[in-house]
Amino acid sequence: MEKALSLSHVTYTYHTCQGETRAVDDITFDVEKGEFIAVVGPSGCGKSTLLHLIANLLSPSKGNIFIEGRPVSLVSENIGYMLQKDHLLEHRTILQNITLGLEIQKKVTQKNLERIQEMMEQYGLYDFRNVYPRQLSGGMRQRAALIRTLALSPELLLLDEPFSALDYQTRLRVSDDIGTIIKTKKITAILVTHDLSEAISMADRVIVLSSRPGKIKKILPIHFETEPASPEAARNAPEFKDYFNQIWKEIKNESCTKNSK
Amino acid sequence: MNHAQRTQSEISKEQQDYLDSQKMGEIKVRLIQILIFVAFLCLWQFCSSKEIINPFIFSSPERIFICFCQMVVDKSLFRHVGLTLMETFISFFLVFSISIGFSVLLWWNQTFAHILEPYLVILNSLPKSALAPLLLVWFGATIKMILITAVSVVIFGSILNIYTGFQETDPDKIMLIRTLRGSKWHCLKLVVIPSSVPILFGVMKANIGLCLVGVIIAEFMGAKAGLGYLIIYSSQVFKLDWLLMSVILLCLMAMGLYAILGKLEKVLVR
Repeated sequence: MEKALSLSHVTYTYHTCQGETRAVDDITFDVEKGEFIAVVGPSGCGKSTLLHLIANLLSPSKGNIFIEGRPVSLVSENIGYMLQKDHLLEHRTILQNITLGLEIQKKVTQKNLERIQEMMEQYGLYDFRNVYPRQLSGGMRQRAALIRTLALSPELLLLDEPFSALDYQTRLRVSDDIGTIIKTKKITAILVTHDLSEAISMADRVIVLSSRPGKIKKILPIHFETEPASPEAARNAPEFKDYFNQIWKEIKNESCTKNSK
Repeated sequence: MNHAQRTQSEISKEQQDYLDSQKMGEIKVRLIQILIFVAFLCLWQFCSSKEIINPFIFSSPERIFICFCQMVVDKSLFRHVGLTLMETFISFFLVFSISIGFSVLLWWNQTFAHILEPYLVILNSLPKSALAPLLLVWFGATIKMILITAVSVVIFGSILNIYTGFQETDPDKIMLIRTLRGSKWHCLKLVVIPSSVPILFGVMKANIGLCLVGVIIAEFMGAKAGLGYLIIYSSQVFKLDWLLMSVILLCLMAMGLYAILGKLEKVLVR
């Protein structure tokens, strides 16, 4: 079976008048269909650049990215992308915001609208479909942004610290919601985060990147003895602490060696 | 909105007192404004009729009103006001469409914008009335000349302001459209233009006044009717009642045009 996503020796260098910066260096990994990958690393290690490359918003300086065996530049099916902030457009209602992607891709069909309605009911947004984003709380806005992304039925979902703009309680709840949604829908997902607990509780594998230029330092499969029902349950599993310490040590070493240089 | 509804349905006594005191404050300000105006008119009338100031040169509210009534009766006033208004409207719509089109072009092609920037800045800082005599020679004393003069007064600043507004669009919002696989056209239609609506209205409000300035400058130089013509003509034949009346009408006209745009903004921008 083809890998859902495969990166081979991907390198990306930013060029500005002040000089060049290598953001990611020689990244190689595969993602199975339906797998949830978390990418962690010190800030500025090129995590977001990696997602931009996978979404074909940037082209790698070197190396190749394949989605189900085909080069990413030729792939037409949908890659869902969730950004740090919800970026709901203030002049559109929640429903109009959610259908934004469908509108752009000319996929506003009865079937898709019904699917959206179902999702809105499920995530408690249906009553708010005709209000403007400024009237919603942070957690609701982020859920609206998720439905906007899921409306396009993406086969690959890229999450760029999608919870970092939320306060702590909302963050726990929304990440729990979203983690469960992604698991039940069996969507292949890549989550970039600096929150180690978030990574361990949601992911099947955690990729640790080194500081700039980002290289793969370690790929750590997360396995719990009894499969937890939700990310929240995973946080209480006995293995959680060990994984946390293991990843934390990797990242801490990284910043120490950097500082002593 | 939710909040406003809540306060409307259950107003406490303190809230009611607060609202009343706010209202009273507003009324007071409005009253004083009107009082100043009336006092000014009375003083003017008094000085003029007691010949403290020369009524022939300084006119008086009474003489201006009589002059106004005469011109309403012989219907010449409508011709002048109508013509100036029409010229202002046409030049305003020309400026509006040209500057939006041009700003979109500049936004679309950054290289083009970089190339044109110094030219736009220089043309914008040039006192445009300096061009008016040249335009008169080129186009003659025609309506075309008046419209071109008015447009040239306003257009460069308008383009620069709208383009700057376009550029201030949140880059993350553009990134969002790109992650949804939208084209540059989608970015423009869905994000750039909607987020620039407040700036567009600001620019339009400034433009309508400037269009009027441009039209009057052009009418000074070559016109057979219009308020600008009336001002120049009356100063030459020393009919200062006419002149002052025209100036007052211009004041009212500018106020009215501004108010129309203000209303439009309130209706369109929630």
